[in-house]
Amino acid sequence: MQNDYDVVVIGGGPAGLAAAIKAKELGLKVLLLENRETLGGVPLQCIHPGFGLHYFKEDLTGTEFIYRFIHKFLDMGIEHYTGAHVVSIEPYSDLEKRLRVVTSKGVLDITTTTLIYATGARERHPFEIGLTGHRPAGVYTAGEAQTMMDIDGIMPGKEIVIVGSGDVGLIMARRFALEGAHVKAVIEIMPYPGGLTRNIVQCLQDFGIPLYLSHAVTRIEGTKRVEKVIVTKVDENLKPIPGTEKEIECDTVVIAAGLVPYLKVLERVGVIIDPATRGPVVNEYLETSIPGVFVAGNALVINDLVDYVVEQGELAAESAYLYVQNKGIPTKKWKKLVKGKNIRLAVPHYLSGDNDVVIYARVQKPEENVKLRFPEINKEIKLPFVKPAEMIRIKLRKEDIAKAEDKITMEVVPNE
Amino acid sequence: MGRKKVVVVGAGVVGASIARVLSQYNELDVYLLEKNADAGMGVSKANTAIIHPGHEDDPKKYPLRAKLCVKGNRLWHQWVKELGIPAKFPGELMIAVEEEDLKVAKHYLELARKNGVPGVRLVDNEELRKLEPNVNPNAAGALWAPTAGVMASPMAAPALVENAVTNGVKFLPETEVRGIKIEKGEVKGVETNRGFIDADLIINAAGLYSDKISKMAGIDYFTIRPRKGQYYVFDDDATPKVTRILHQTPTPMTKGVYVITEMNDGLMIGPTAEDLPEDAKEDTSTTKEGLDFVWEWAQKLVKELPPKNKVIRTFAGLRPEPPDGRWIIEAYDDPWGFINAAGIRSPGLTGAPAIAYYIVEELIQKKLDIKLTKKSHWNPYRRAFWFKHLPPEKQNELIQKNPSYGNVVCMCREITEGEIVDVIKRMKNMGVQTITLDGIKMRTGAMAGTCQGSYCRIRIARIIARETGIPLWEVSLKGKGTEYGIGDVKVLLRENGGDKNAE
Repeated sequence: MQNDYDVVVIGGGPAGLAAAIKAKELGLKVLLLENRETLGGVPLQCIHPGFGLHYFKEDLTGTEFIYRFIHKFLDMGIEHYTGAHVVSIEPYSDLEKRLRVVTSKGVLDITTTTLIYATGARERHPFEIGLTGHRPAGVYTAGEAQTMMDIDGIMPGKEIVIVGSGDVGLIMARRFALEGAHVKAVIEIMPYPGGLTRNIVQCLQDFGIPLYLSHAVTRIEGTKRVEKVIVTKVDENLKPIPGTEKEIECDTVVIAAGLVPYLKVLERVGVIIDPATRGPVVNEYLETSIPGVFVAGNALVINDLVDYVVEQGELAAESAYLYVQNKGIPTKKWKKLVKGKNIRLAVPHYLSGDNDVVIYARVQKPEENVKLRFPEINKEIKLPFVKPAEMIRIKLRKEDIAKAEDKITMEVVPNE
Repeated sequence: MGRKKVVVVGAGVVGASIARVLSQYNELDVYLLEKNADAGMGVSKANTAIIHPGHEDDPKKYPLRAKLCVKGNRLWHQWVKELGIPAKFPGELMIAVEEEDLKVAKHYLELARKNGVPGVRLVDNEELRKLEPNVNPNAAGALWAPTAGVMASPMAAPALVENAVTNGVKFLPETEVRGIKIEKGEVKGVETNRGFIDADLIINAAGLYSDKISKMAGIDYFTIRPRKGQYYVFDDDATPKVTRILHQTPTPMTKGVYVITEMNDGLMIGPTAEDLPEDAKEDTSTTKEGLDFVWEWAQKLVKELPPKNKVIRTFAGLRPEPPDGRWIIEAYDDPWGFINAAGIRSPGLTGAPAIAYYIVEELIQKKLDIKLTKKSHWNPYRRAFWFKHLPPEKQNELIQKNPSYGNVVCMCREITEGEIVDVIKRMKNMGVQTITLDGIKMRTGAMAGTCQGSYCRIRIARIIARETGIPLWEVSLKGKGTEYGIGDVKVLLRENGGDKNAE
């Protein structure tokens, strides 16, 4: 019994498109499933620049960037469904995964040797960040507001408070200002901004938008539509400091409090999740705890740059190719990547020493003049600064990885 | 006598149940008035979703509550099936956390006997742990009540109204009662924002505002105070869950917090019981203190709660609290034709069907001596289906007929475009004028899953805009003043010609 496909890619955003294109180039029989009506995913609604600096060596908008992939994908005639929702995944065996997919053509039962999960992320919503008060109209997640403005061409509101200073929040602050809204504040619970410095300058400072660090929105007021928010200073444990409450009148609250890998269907079949990334635990092939199921893009780890997302998509496709050729990933002695001092997350979680590996990591807190150190393999890299907002991308050579016994620690230490 | 025109004020679960029961009779023309855009958007929208067994009310103190709760429980077993409201009957454990709480449990065992609740008994620690594996293992024991159930309560009022309309009731949403006309000691009709409506009988089921409506009829011996209850809801994949309905033996301090697994498979904990001032009837806000209280008490009932990052929603609802806790279900001689169903606090959801029968049988037929005969062609059924629960061959059949059933719009809850379009048609047929996002949410559960609509709300708003022919920004969350947007994306630039932040 042949499977219907060598690889099924779930998700038609940048990670999924890059994976499908690469898999097709490698000669695999590919199917891509996208649940929206169109291919492209989130970059379609990103009309701001900053995309593709690494991959195309050009500064593109999200829309321009993703269209290059969509065109290439369509030109290659890769089989795909849009408006396709994966209802369930059954990892029947190491060589056969069964999917049930609802599409407007009918309910499909599909078998495949490998699966690339590239479903992206969902946004954290008001109830996850401890917001209390009323639940009126005028509260949006940043992505929803972005879709409203940049896909549907409608304006959410007039007087805006943005919760969270990650890149998404900063970009939306500027977006609202450009359309004549009054952005009253960007509120950040941490003592440092969550987004890239470039965006702090270009999105807030250039528009005179105030940023409140070490502050939290604790309460939303308003019965029909938002009327105001209550903002409080927070201490070093991020707990509100009593007596520091102040009101900001507004009709719109935009929640830009970060993203979470969206893997509902995969979680149901018991894939092992890393509590730090909230994505799956993977080896250097981006293979999850379910053999032959690979993951890439924001479903793996929340990335800063679309270029990294594409890189992960292509790696997942190469891994799927190896899997199909070998009928599995060859057995290896895996070394665990251990998070040392000031490392909040790091993927992949297991390394073999047979391949060069790109590590993606984030620190817990900002530090200046530091060394990124891998003590077991005597590797050190000097860095002028590290900050949680900026993902560290670092390549380890296979001969270095091979030096380690059973673990490789990654840590940030002062540069002395 | 001839025909009688009945106006029911308030399309919450009580008013909607009354309308449904009234629709069984030949002689009545029933008008169901609701000030909100849709049925069930007030008190009925937010509660613990429990169909209570009926052993918590002392029949001496609360005779109506005790009697109608037990009867209502039995009626709901039948009604949820007729109306296609998702429900289950896992039974309830009133847990004695400490040894001395067993005395309290015994008191309620006695009430169960008095109220005629079947199957209630005390269970020891060992049996308790078998009945509920996730129970606090140190609990002394519990009172087991097997007739208790859980239903998808936000659907209840819309489903009841839809069925009532099928049987001839006229539903008038966005219709606010402003006055009641009385002549020679008899009711004549109601003044509303949409004009005057004649009535021979007026039934007041206006929830938190039933005191205000009652005053309009000259009956002003009570005020209704809001009592707030706050809740947490967890994601459907958050564990550990519970099988049974859990709560603790009531104390003088608190009637107790419940832990249930609601119909969408998420754990839910709550409520608080906070008495608010009389004028706080719109205050459904959550507070940190209230939520902390719920968390603390729920922890006493179970081994552990799921992690806080698996919370998908916190919400609060208000119960209409009458002065002495007694339901005010009365027909009056003066004005004749005015009937109160006021102050229907807990267990009002459970009691609603029985309250409706009580009003028709005891008050309208007996007390007011109005002769009624049952229709020979009354349709008790509201047909409904969930695409996700159909077998694949049925799903395929539907998709072949209508491809929009193959377009999953809400990913977390797997709700299709076909279902949303169907719900919009039903809402229109029922008489809803403003198709709201909350109306779709109450009926389908869409936008209420893991992502709380951050992915699908705009897609559902687009469908509403398309099906009703209004601009996307005019689609509302819950009626006028809650629109999705303020205009097209250039509206502010046209209005104020520039960058507000630069001023």
